[in-house]
Amino acid sequence: MPSDNVRTVEVGYLTRVEGEGAMKVVARGGKVQDVEFSIFEPPRFFEAFLRGRHHSEAPDITARICGICPVAYQMSAVHAMEHAFGVTVDGALRDLRRLLYCGEWIESHALHIYLLHAPDFLGYESGITLAKDHPDVVTMGLRIKKVGNEIVRVLGGREIHPVNVKVGGWYRLPTRKELDHLATELDRIRDDALATVKLVATFPMPDVTRSVEWVSTRYPDEYPMLGKTVVSTAGMNIPVDEWNDWFIEEHVKRSNALHSRIKTRANYEVGPTARFNLNADLLSPGAAAAAHDAGLSAPCTNPFRSIVVRAVELLHAVDEALAIIDHYRAPAAPAIAFTEKAGEGCGASEAPRGTLFHRYRLDARGILTDAQIVPPTAQNQLSIEEDLRLVLQAHIEEPDDKLRIVLEQSIRNYDPCISCATHFLHLEVDRG
Amino acid sequence: MTARVAVFKFASCDGCQLSVLDAEDELLAILGTIDIVEFPEARTLREPGPYDIGFVEGSVTTPHDAARIKEIREQCKVLVTIGACATSGGIQALRNMADVGIYASQVYAHPEYLDTLATSTAIADHVKVDLALYGCPVSKEQLVETITAVVAGRRPDLPSHPVCVECKARGTVCVLVANGTPCLGPVVRAGCGAICPSYARGCYGCFGPCSTPNVASLAGAWDGAGVPRSTLIRALKGFTVGAPEFQEAVRAL
Ligand code: SF4
Ligand code: SF4
Repeated sequence: MPSDNVRTVEVGYLTRVEGEGAMKVVARGGKVQDVEFSIFEPPRFFEAFLRGRHHSEAPDITARICGICPVAYQMSAVHAMEHAFGVTVDGALRDLRRLLYCGEWIESHALHIYLLHAPDFLGYESGITLAKDHPDVVTMGLRIKKVGNEIVRVLGGREIHPVNVKVGGWYRLPTRKELDHLATELDRIRDDALATVKLVATFPMPDVTRSVEWVSTRYPDEYPMLGKTVVSTAGMNIPVDEWNDWFIEEHVKRSNALHSRIKTRANYEVGPTARFNLNADLLSPGAAAAAHDAGLSAPCTNPFRSIVVRAVELLHAVDEALAIIDHYRAPAAPAIAFTEKAGEGCGASEAPRGTLFHRYRLDARGILTDAQIVPPTAQNQLSIEEDLRLVLQAHIEEPDDKLRIVLEQSIRNYDPCISCATHFLHLEVDRG
Repeated sequence: MTARVAVFKFASCDGCQLSVLDAEDELLAILGTIDIVEFPEARTLREPGPYDIGFVEGSVTTPHDAARIKEIREQCKVLVTIGACATSGGIQALRNMADVGIYASQVYAHPEYLDTLATSTAIADHVKVDLALYGCPVSKEQLVETITAVVAGRRPDLPSHPVCVECKARGTVCVLVANGTPCLGPVVRAGCGAICPSYARGCYGCFGPCSTPNVASLAGAWDGAGVPRSTLIRALKGFTVGAPEFQEAVRAL
């Protein structure tokens, strides 16, 4: 191909991601000219219609932003409300929330690793065709995913949009029998989870290195799920409610989702790699050993190795779930009583694909007057584009169809959830 | 003969199509009789129609989608809507009741970047729908039953009675009568297996209205439990706010 040629590679509808997105890259004379990752998922305006709803409805309503990470939405929402009311949910009630979250991580990570991302590394168009040649691999993935689903079903009532989470705790506590059933299921997939780390570590990895400011929540002595503070590899360490002092969202034309940056700095990344790079010391001993054996150490700077990190987190979630069940002693009541009051509350937790921040303002009757939701994929958009640039430059000599595959694979490194990402900048209207 | 199945997405959370993936074991049992040839969220290869069964998730919210559903209809022998978004416009149909002008100015930074309709509407408002599965999300069992029935050439067995019947069937004590917990179960379509009451909370209506719902009588029961009317109205304006039966009930209250 003559070097002054303009090459355009376009994918009008990205497949094997949650939601509707597209990608376009332009190269001129062997140099990257433009990359665009755009989201055309139609907006559903959650932040607008949350106004006027009661605080108790927010966990169930915001869950409907995303069918693949509803637990994350419910967790960030209840934390924000509890923050507004000055309630702390801890001990066994909080442990059960982490157990529910382990279920979502296991299910979502297994789905992404086996059905959505592994086909890229192994040269298949989908998990369906991968299953034809490697039935045992895909069956193992589905076996793991099922146990994640089962945790969410038992604790939450159903796999998608569970019904049991509420501000202050739970509607009903699980029985010991239900928990023992989950422990048995988890024991059965512990080896599968370890085998997953070993398997993905053998995948051929495109050789790309980059550094970015990695951001995750943190909670003392826990690999983060339910966050207390927000930390970054550039030294940020802030309470969750200072989020808006540090992060900014911008509305750009090509995307129905907002782009996030750190004020006065640049783009940043949330998700498994960020969590690992900031909290590797807090993994379960088994997950830490598996990471070490897989040659993984913090910081992980090859975005394609996120699949290995995801597998390590999957194993961690299995270990964590087993430990929680083992230590569990039923609390006195399924929920903590509180009085609702006017004010503002913030909450952040770790969706499988990264930090999810919620902020609400409430009036004295507990009715929402304002809502802000910052989902992980919106925060990662700029980093996704930055990676596309690097990957495009590194593979610029490849023919279009090969290039397209590696570029799509690069987007899937982020396990993007486009349904989540679509939301709009909320402007304060001065009606004075 | 193998049935060619397609899954399409409109404005939604993807939860209903994820239920299709979650039904892996059950589907494996009938795989061989079906072939999922179009499912962009799960596979890259995309095969053109016509399809024997088309599942549609999500509601119509853009001019482009209003046109796209018409094309899809022509490609599908049997069109099945899956979930509250597709059958009644979903929670995002709350926009239908808002003053769109004020609403837009509150939410958009740059409304000119967008191409969106003032309403979120059910698929059946745009094209003929052959079968509807309710729920937010749909029930896996109903999905599998529907595929099995369509392949066998019979009508699927789908209930239209209220959730209360399922509570009785599973022996769950009525949360409304026993504890005064506000529950929409008496006016909501069965299908979930009465999940919420079995988790000690009231039904919040995610399967939408049952056939001939008696909201006036339910309102009496909620009054008796000391629940403010505003709470009932908000509950009816929930995940199936676009259902005509609930809209009428809200007007009458
Ligand atoms: S009906 Fe509910 S679960 Fe299904 S796509 Fe719509 S919001 Fe998601
Ligand atoms: S009980 Fe009601 S709200 Fe709960 S899952 Fe069933 S239909 Fe949905």
